[in-house]
Amino acid sequence: MGIKWDEFFITGDPLILGSQIAILLTMIGAVAAITYLKKWKYLWTEWLTTVDHKKIGIMYIISAVLMFFRGGMDGLLMKAQTARPEMEFLNSQHYNEIFTTHGVIMILFMAMPFLIGLMNVVIPLQIGARDVAFPQLNALSFWLFFSGAMLFNISFVIGGSPDAGWTSYFPLAGKEFSPGIGNNFYAVALQIAGIGTLMTGINFIVTILKMRTKGMTLMKMPMFTWTTFVTSILIVAAFPIFTVALALMTFDRLYGTHFFTVSGGGMDMLWANLFWLWGHPEVYIVALPAFGIFSEVIATFSRKSLFGYKSMVFSILGIALLSMVVWVHHFYTMGSGPAVNSFFSITTMAIAIPTGVKMFNWLFTMRKGRIKITSAMLWALAFVPCFVIGGVTGVMLAMGAADYQYHNTLFLVAHFHYVLIPGVVFAVFAGLYYWWPKMFGFMLNEKIGKWHFWLFVIGFNVTFMPMFFLGLNGAVRRAYTYSAESGFAPLFMLSAIGSIILAAGFAVFCYNIYWSIRYADRNISSDPWDARTLEWSTASPVQFYNFAKLPEVKSLDPFWHMKKKNEGLTLFDSEIEEIHMPSNSWLPIYMGVIFGIAGFLLVFEWHIAAAVAAIGIFAGLIIRSFDYNEGFHVKKDEIHRIENAWRKTEGEVHDHVS
Amino acid sequence: MEHHQSKSFPISHVIGFVVSLVLTFGAAGIALKTNLSFKVIMWIIGSLAVIQAGMQLFMFMHLREGEDGKTNLVNMIYAVFMVIVIVVGSIWVLTSGHAAH
Ligand code: HEM
Ligand SMILES: [Cu+2]
Repeated sequence: MGIKWDEFFITGDPLILGSQIAILLTMIGAVAAITYLKKWKYLWTEWLTTVDHKKIGIMYIISAVLMFFRGGMDGLLMKAQTARPEMEFLNSQHYNEIFTTHGVIMILFMAMPFLIGLMNVVIPLQIGARDVAFPQLNALSFWLFFSGAMLFNISFVIGGSPDAGWTSYFPLAGKEFSPGIGNNFYAVALQIAGIGTLMTGINFIVTILKMRTKGMTLMKMPMFTWTTFVTSILIVAAFPIFTVALALMTFDRLYGTHFFTVSGGGMDMLWANLFWLWGHPEVYIVALPAFGIFSEVIATFSRKSLFGYKSMVFSILGIALLSMVVWVHHFYTMGSGPAVNSFFSITTMAIAIPTGVKMFNWLFTMRKGRIKITSAMLWALAFVPCFVIGGVTGVMLAMGAADYQYHNTLFLVAHFHYVLIPGVVFAVFAGLYYWWPKMFGFMLNEKIGKWHFWLFVIGFNVTFMPMFFLGLNGAVRRAYTYSAESGFAPLFMLSAIGSIILAAGFAVFCYNIYWSIRYADRNISSDPWDARTLEWSTASPVQFYNFAKLPEVKSLDPFWHMKKKNEGLTLFDSEIEEIHMPSNSWLPIYMGVIFGIAGFLLVFEWHIAAAVAAIGIFAGLIIRSFDYNEGFHVKKDEIHRIENAWRKTEGEVHDHVS
Repeated sequence: MEHHQSKSFPISHVIGFVVSLVLTFGAAGIALKTNLSFKVIMWIIGSLAVIQAGMQLFMFMHLREGEDGKTNLVNMIYAVFMVIVIVVGSIWVLTSGHAAH
């Protein structure tokens, strides 16, 4: 097999040596701590084998926060390198690797899992269900995502990172120009994580179509459920394209085919085409659920129903449909001619219309509302102007002819950070502050939360606003340095200072989690925000079966009306029935591990070993096929005990619509 | 799902699987082992792909068992739309302007 052991670990760079040591020590530390605290069994039964959507959601969120840290570090390193002209902190190769891993990690391993985590926690509760449609498949989705993410992350200490950009365009990403194994990590790790995401999409479509509680028609669903539903449809539509493109890439790199390799009659542009056929919908896959989160937060803290519910639903559907037919705006400069470029300019600009409709809906929801400025609401408020800047520059970029000027400059980089950070990061922060008490039974500290908010928002604007002007002045993206004569230095410096403020904001966020875990008041109501949707009608943290009695829905904002009319809030003993729940399973984590091993071997092109490991995958599939575990029943006594514990507590107010 | 033919042998799946293999290897054989012109090969393997996709819809995708026709209709329209966007769109984009050369 010709294994080059001397190239196995990356050596010779003090930064990387430092990380290798840090990773090793962290792993030893974690294993030692778990063993010392005797938590292995707890970890295994309560978390690693769980099929409970809430716990899976929390695991997604924890992974996403860690990945945010990793991707943010990459961002800071890049900002440090470009802070001054001709810096010699990172060399060009290292810079290439870092913007590549930054882009991939932020989008696929931070934004996606963060949102999918919140979807997991919230959606079954919002529709009054006891779990998702396929709980074990849900666990498998998580473990495949986690396996792919870990495989991708080890690339920088073992084997070498991919360095052809998060878009990995051919011919650069092909074997000819990237002969190392770095880009194999891209092809294989994203494939594994992508399978998990595809299954999540299927799972949530079925869950939302089939498991809504009595009375919840489609047009009575909360907006976050709607956006999750449409996002899931987009996932199922778009991810297979990426799956195929990655498979062809793998064949080209590992087995000498020529789908995208120009030398053998392949077509490099086909990669760009397929990548963005997935890549653009992907942007909306992360943006739509975020819009849903803002809708919930804004309605709750304006104490009003969402303005223009129907137009909101139709604009989501419109955005989803349009998002499938705009992909060429990412490569106008490839030169597909005036007809193609004009068509895609028009479709792209058209997306601004439904997005604008949503903006006005949010503004009108706040109009005459009694707005409560909580941390969650602050994120939603800041989202509106920041996202508008991203949107307006997007319309500028949408013009095919003008794009020849902006293409590949920092103007574009500023634009998409202005879309992704307000559109996704602000949203997941809002969602986290909002749903945190539901997940854990205590709140995040509001005062620290406001520090987090102001530092992050100011830091974000100071970091990325200068990049618009740098780009207009001609600073190109993905360039590791620039000359003093270019005159870029002051703005680059400003941007670097901004990124430090941004990082301080993130640090305060981490401190807030720590502080709140240690000191926050545990004695809070299960409905601390006086909210409107069903997830707030049950205990915090939510009991494993979600609802003792499935709620019945008569209108939008069902919980609000239940509180107002004092209906369906109490539980009579006679209403308690046994509840059927799915059992834990070791198979999902086993599949994650075995996929990770097989993927790792494939990355290193050890084909025989990879084939042997793949037998383990088939073994898992076969075991699952003969798995007749029917789950278990929760006895009435137990339900009784659990319900009494939270319903009878002091301060549990159920009817305080104010 | 347990209501449909749960205990009987999944014969249609097995047939579908075998036919898929035959069609796939047939396409590979025609592309690799014959001396037909490029154009003819493209037409033949393209047709085999369409046949296979249609066959799989019936053999694997429960097209005949859907509970209500409306859902199926919406799904089919959506699928056709996606196919047109992806296939026709890609061909259009990659064969016009400078991209053609
Ligand atoms: C948290 C603070 C962040 C900082 C300081 C930061 C900084 C940067 C910088 C400096 C670049 C490279 C510019 C260049 O081309 O030279 C970049 C690229 C990129 N960033 Fe960020 N970013 C941040 C957050 C995010 C987030 C949240 C996302 C997505 C959700 C994201 C997605 C991307 C992508 C996709 C690229 C392009 C990578 C490529 O060129 O292949 N970034 N970022
Ligand atoms: Cu796009």
